[in-house]
Amino acid sequence: MQASSVEISKVNKFYGPFHALKDVDLSIPPGKVTCLIGPSGSGKSTLLRCINFLEAYDSGEIRIDGDLIGYEVPGKRMSGRRLREMRRGIGMVFQQFNLWPHMTARENVAEGLIRVRGMSKSEAESRAGEALTKVGLADKMSNHPSRLSGGQQQRVAIARAIAMEPRLMLFDEPTSALDPELVGEVLNVMKTLASEGMTMVVVTHEMGFAAHVADQVAFMEKGELVGVDSPDRILHQPQDPRIQAFLRTYHERNSI
Amino acid sequence: MFSIPVFLESFGPLFWAARNTLLISVLGIGLGLIIGTLICAARLSPYGALRRFAAIWVSFLRGVPLLVQLLVFYYTLPVIGLDVPAFFAAIVTVGICASAYISEIWRGAIAALPKGQAEAAIAIGMSPVDIWRRVILPQAFSMSLPALVNELILLVKASSLVSVVGIMEVTRASQAQAATTFRPLEVYLAAACIYLLINLCLAVLGRYLEHRTAV
Repeated sequence: MQASSVEISKVNKFYGPFHALKDVDLSIPPGKVTCLIGPSGSGKSTLLRCINFLEAYDSGEIRIDGDLIGYEVPGKRMSGRRLREMRRGIGMVFQQFNLWPHMTARENVAEGLIRVRGMSKSEAESRAGEALTKVGLADKMSNHPSRLSGGQQQRVAIARAIAMEPRLMLFDEPTSALDPELVGEVLNVMKTLASEGMTMVVVTHEMGFAAHVADQVAFMEKGELVGVDSPDRILHQPQDPRIQAFLRTYHERNSI
Repeated sequence: MFSIPVFLESFGPLFWAARNTLLISVLGIGLGLIIGTLICAARLSPYGALRRFAAIWVSFLRGVPLLVQLLVFYYTLPVIGLDVPAFFAAIVTVGICASAYISEIWRGAIAALPKGQAEAAIAIGMSPVDIWRRVILPQAFSMSLPALVNELILLVKASSLVSVVGIMEVTRASQAQAATTFRPLEVYLAAACIYLLINLCLAVLGRYLEHRTAV
């Protein structure tokens, strides 16, 4: 598997007068796991959604393996077709899973293979079966999402993304909607992916995951990227007072 | 005195007329589905002129009673030199009127879909046509089924209005029969039973479809 790198430079995003991303610079190395942490409303999900242009950034550049995404040249939007081609190489997993409720687990995974990759139905279904087996759901393939637990649904969503053979995976708070006892099964699938050398960008509140799996941790607050460093230096020896304050409230909330 | 034999005899001619009631309602809703879908697409399109046209279409047709629409349409046709059968005029009017409600039913169902449904499809690189065809419309359709069945039942009842342009459907047939037999109570009660029977059947059909497409 070939892993992508992402270069984010001077990215700005506005919602009306609200400045959601302020001159964000971030370098995401290939085959590594980057965790984005920070208080809610800090812009981490917005930044993640700019990487596959689900959200249009207003200025600056985001380059995936050197190719600018969303714009042909700065200021000029790229065609829908070209954008779809670039998105093929980027998998995304959402907080709310966003599985299609009218399709079975297998159909959810096969849909993109048929429509986007142009596979035959039987080929797509066997590939979908492999992806679902990989996330431990070989016995749930014919279930509709409503018949799956949250953790199982999120694993189907991960299978749907990895079946497309992406070179980069984006995770938008993948465990935030889950009951605590279901978080582990999803994180384990993500750890396996990380160990296989997938480039991953993960917006998360799971500090344990950030500490143990991430190669680098970026902290955001109020639309600014405050710091990016190794998990150890961000989580255990933070220099910036804003990171210290965030971690203090985190530890207070999670102490028993 | 209420006469049961007269009541039972009234059903014969009314059953025959029920064919027209059903024909007008079903063809009306068919036409309404086609036009309503186009109007809904216009309403959601990125073009301002189309959106305004659709909004005006919907508010005009919802704001004017069907009976008045029927009369206006029926008497406009000869003025613009069109000689069409009353039956055709009735179906077109009913269909156009239904289109306004159906486009709003679609729009409501589409708006109720979580944004993430389309986003998941965008993220894997699906084209807009495939997203509509495979993700949005199937879900919008099953969500709007109860409202569509409701609309069809309303149309069956509203089709009694087309009696004013001389079409022999259940209401007009019962009026004619009451006028010749002088037994209005028996005849109109029979008409009421026929409407009830049709609509109960539609409700059962609706529940069956809902059950089948349930997600």
